[in-house]
Amino acid sequence: MSERNGERRERALRILLPGVMLALTIVAWDLVVRLNQIPPFVLPGPGLVMSTLIADWTVLSQSLAVTLLTTFEGLALAVIGGVGLAVLFNQSRVLEYALYPYAVILQVTPIVAIAPLLLIYLPQPAAVLACAWIVAFFPVLANTTLGLNSVDHNLVSLFELYGASRWQVLRHLKLPAALPHVLGGIRIAGGLSLIGAVVAEIAAGTAGAGSGLAYRIVESGYRLNIPRLFAALLLLSVSGIVIFFLLSLVSHLALRHWHESAVARDT
Amino acid sequence: MTSETGEPIVSLRAVGKTFANGVAALHGLDLAVQPGEFLSLLGPSGCGKSTALKLIAGLAAPSAGTIAWPGGVAPGRSDIGFVFQEPTLMAWATVFGNVRLPLTLTGVPDDKAAPAVMQALDRVGLAEFTHVYPRALSGGMRMRVSLARALVTQPKLLLMDEPFAALDEITRFKLNDDLLAAWQALGKTVVFVTHSVFESVYLSNRIVVMTPRPGRVFAEIPIEAPYPRDPSFRTSAEYAHFCRLTSDALARAMGEVAA
Repeated sequence: MSERNGERRERALRILLPGVMLALTIVAWDLVVRLNQIPPFVLPGPGLVMSTLIADWTVLSQSLAVTLLTTFEGLALAVIGGVGLAVLFNQSRVLEYALYPYAVILQVTPIVAIAPLLLIYLPQPAAVLACAWIVAFFPVLANTTLGLNSVDHNLVSLFELYGASRWQVLRHLKLPAALPHVLGGIRIAGGLSLIGAVVAEIAAGTAGAGSGLAYRIVESGYRLNIPRLFAALLLLSVSGIVIFFLLSLVSHLALRHWHESAVARDT
Repeated sequence: MTSETGEPIVSLRAVGKTFANGVAALHGLDLAVQPGEFLSLLGPSGCGKSTALKLIAGLAAPSAGTIAWPGGVAPGRSDIGFVFQEPTLMAWATVFGNVRLPLTLTGVPDDKAAPAVMQALDRVGLAEFTHVYPRALSGGMRMRVSLARALVTQPKLLLMDEPFAALDEITRFKLNDDLLAAWQALGKTVVFVTHSVFESVYLSNRIVVMTPRPGRVFAEIPIEAPYPRDPSFRTSAEYAHFCRLTSDALARAMGEVAA
């Protein structure tokens, strides 16, 4: 009986505590602004940020849509490209040795440094999308490669015993075995795709083009419209959190029947 | 089956296997597997008995000697079933999906596969667990799924690599009896690798004792006790006699290294 009470208290704490902490932070933020009489162009209070968010919703929501669209397109291309390349590498050593170094180079070169170049070579929406893709695809590629290679050797032997084709090994053994790793990679890629889109938008924004959320942030900064900057920042953070939770949910739903990561421990 | 011809199912002649790292697992192994027999390969750990099994299954190539199939059984596809030391199940597939695998890989259509899978699961007593995932099963039940998967193609030759070594004694005894029942009912040929004298005596009608690495045949011991054998066999004087005989042979085989 007391054990069940303890469990319930634990669950209540897990939901309540972050909520209380959030409320306290907002109250503290508000108090700091009020008591020190900080002007809104330095640090706006939470109330002002919220009212700006509502007042500027037409502009901000359009920008949010632009950034989110880029993020999801970048993520989708990263999943297709990352998984596709990993499968190709897994099937052909030659391709792997020839192309893997370039994947690493794309990954280790800071995206901020590549973005201006891409903006010169490509039309602006395509350049932003390319940036999102470049940052997001590597974790998918690396994780999928790891997953495809971590197959039980005895299962490989079993497939060989029954004369399985390459395609059958991929379809029935390697891809399902790699799924937890792939989903882990996609979860990381979701956040990175947003970062890539924002970085590219900022690079583009300074060139005077673009209408994404990051562009709004740069623009608001120039105009000292700090409340709107905060409102845009808030939307970006919330987007990142929502993307992470959505991808976690997808991962959980896909693995809940069999993978240890998605199954509750028996106690 | 080719028992009428009197030809062995598979015969290994002077087979040797040396791995890339220079370790010689087998040297001069001569072995003929007769149709319908329950043959145990008995030897200490690392004597190459698992390697011998992999060579028979065609999962590795011998570095010396020949492996012939005079009985018309072909290695590969569905003539051979293999049971590993671990259950080796696909965690992402249900019990049904795991047992269905060999049929999927050999292109058996659904209407023929489903009854075959159910029959195999029925034989190992898991007919009610078709939609359960392996993680929800005990070690013994996972091994049963593995056995059902090996039986589902109706293989002529069943190769088993210390399949029950990781199980507790009670579960192992039960699975021994179930395996014997399946062997008798289906008339298969079984090659069973084990390091347990007691298990090999209980199950086999012939035991081949191997020397330590590099492994070859040290002695052959026919176990001339009638089937069906049941748990009372474990306490019989006959059983004790064969166990002593086999243990002695194994002890002498172990002495071979020093020589």
